[in-house]
Amino acid sequence: MSEDRPNSFMNAPDAKGRFGIHGGRFVSETLMPLILDLEAEYEHAKTDPTFWAEMEDLWQNYVGRPSPLYFAPRLTEELGGAKVYLKREELNHTGAHKINNVLGQILLARRMGKTRIIAETGAGQHGVATATVCAKFGLKCIVYMGATDVERQAPNVFRMRLLGAEVVPVTSGRGTLKDAMNDALRDWVTNVRDTFYCIGTVAGPAPYPAMVRDFQAIIGRETRWQLEAQEGEGRLPDTIIAAVGGGSNAMGLFYEFLDDPSVNIIGVEAGGLGVDDRMQHCASLTGGRPGVLHGNRTYLLQDDDGQILEGHSISAGLDYPGIGPEHSWLHDIGRAEYVSITDAEALGAFQTLCRTEGIIPALESSHALAHVIKIAPTLPKDHIIVVNLSGRGDKDIFTVAKHLKVDIKI
Amino acid sequence: MTRIDAKFAALKAEGKKAFVAYIMAGDPDLETSAEILAGLPGAGVDVIELGLPFTDPMADGPTIQLAGQRALDGGQTLQKTLDMVAAFRKTDDTTPIVLMGYYNPIYNRGVTRFLQDAKEAGIDGLIVVDLPPEEDEELCLPAQEYGINFIRLATPTTDDRRLPTVLQNTSGFVYYVSITGITGSAAAQATDVGPEVARIKSATDLPVIVGFGITTPDAAQNIAGVADGCVVGSAIVKEIGAGKSPAEVLEFVSGLAAGAHRA
Repeated sequence: MSEDRPNSFMNAPDAKGRFGIHGGRFVSETLMPLILDLEAEYEHAKTDPTFWAEMEDLWQNYVGRPSPLYFAPRLTEELGGAKVYLKREELNHTGAHKINNVLGQILLARRMGKTRIIAETGAGQHGVATATVCAKFGLKCIVYMGATDVERQAPNVFRMRLLGAEVVPVTSGRGTLKDAMNDALRDWVTNVRDTFYCIGTVAGPAPYPAMVRDFQAIIGRETRWQLEAQEGEGRLPDTIIAAVGGGSNAMGLFYEFLDDPSVNIIGVEAGGLGVDDRMQHCASLTGGRPGVLHGNRTYLLQDDDGQILEGHSISAGLDYPGIGPEHSWLHDIGRAEYVSITDAEALGAFQTLCRTEGIIPALESSHALAHVIKIAPTLPKDHIIVVNLSGRGDKDIFTVAKHLKVDIKI
Repeated sequence: MTRIDAKFAALKAEGKKAFVAYIMAGDPDLETSAEILAGLPGAGVDVIELGLPFTDPMADGPTIQLAGQRALDGGQTLQKTLDMVAAFRKTDDTTPIVLMGYYNPIYNRGVTRFLQDAKEAGIDGLIVVDLPPEEDEELCLPAQEYGINFIRLATPTTDDRRLPTVLQNTSGFVYYVSITGITGSAAAQATDVGPEVARIKSATDLPVIVGFGITTPDAAQNIAGVADGCVVGSAIVKEIGAGKSPAEVLEFVSGLAAGAHRA
């Protein structure tokens, strides 16, 4: 949670929801009163000990937190340089970091008396997390998912339906995550009085980017004390690395360390087939420019006329033409560095982690690992890298098999 | 006084309700939509809303979404839309044109450059769906400096506490969205809309125009009857999407306009 500290990177956003020029509240009038209600409710909950006590209880007993901070000895040895730690968010209930945030938002929805929960999902991880928590609390759940993604993520669609959610395949636009978010917003405008929109990443109109970050910031807070426990009092990581699509797992890890100047912060975008004029990538910061979409200003992939472009990534979870506004700001002011990793590099990292540590990482997290594999060999042995292993890769084995040209049809 | 202010003053003097029609620029192609645009005043349209196509129209239903896609697939750009308005102005210098769309194509061009070009082309007002009063500094306030009206949507969720905020920097007219929902949704009943319009009118001297869900001349008459006029969008766009000729589309529009003008 942001506190008022002078000269701190942790005070953003301002009262208008801005991170520098990014963020804001670019939504239609129908939604605006609800956005303001949500903001008031969140401001209240933020300082309410009973809210956080409930979160702590759920994090511990339902999610299985704290997630381990695991030193990866064989990966470290193979790379021959920096010491690599993995923050094991993939061990959370539902297999990714997404549930940290969903629990917070559903508790808020309950406080606001909302009975119908909607969500958008790309790879299906946020949809599964939302369906899970809705089942736990007996809430109606509707998940919007691009028709293209419904097809390529069939196991997660089945999971959501088992959990009692209604999965709506979105055929508008080109049927991907961006269009799913459009349709979720259309649903929200229509059912504004009883519906809560549970956004899965640190994007959207204020207060979502800061709120989702605050719910994910537990990742960085745990990392700090866990590393101290293993490496000694006061020892900070030298470099922290996370994959960035919308950027919630990354903000979750980064936020805690923004005011520790010795900590290098690196976000890894999906470079797809390469960040160039073909635009077959999802690297909004590296290959986009500021624009307004889905309630906030941020870096976007767009054409010369301000029309939004479809990205490409091997990872459905990173397949989005925008990025959370706080990342755009951290990029502008240079507090964090953003790089990109191609599909092929991510696939290589995926296999490396399987082989060296017996952990199957999500393709999203594999992008972060691929950058670790690039830089760790160039760094001294006492340099500590923490990488966020944001999700597990079970959902991705079909995609990986396809790229490795292995037929595993069952 | 903008063309919008002048038009509403003239309608008021005649004791007539306003009929506002929406079409998407470049739908189904540039030439056809320019032809329809040119024919709207003759069909009885008092104010034209011209849609600015955008890839992600998150407040629009399927009909307008598809119209935007047709336009973009046909190569429509912001510049072509401005050129279309400039061409229209050569033969019509009184019918107000309101550009309606989303912020990104405008932001992308640069607000100052856009406002200069829009003013020069002959655009009188803007409706930008994703710019609530909280973001007035972006475009609403600069637009007024260029003498371009910024028309705001008021909705059923705009309660009495919020209404003054919505009205504060609004000019031209107030667009009351009669339902919570997206364009092309089911219609509201005149009996429900009437009290809402009265509530808004008690807080402003601006004309209040009602839209969303009007598809027939009778509905246009009923809704216009409880307000200062009505807007029809999706029903017209649906005709265009069905491949009707400009003459057929304009005949359909004439019927709606006649309905509104009977009120």
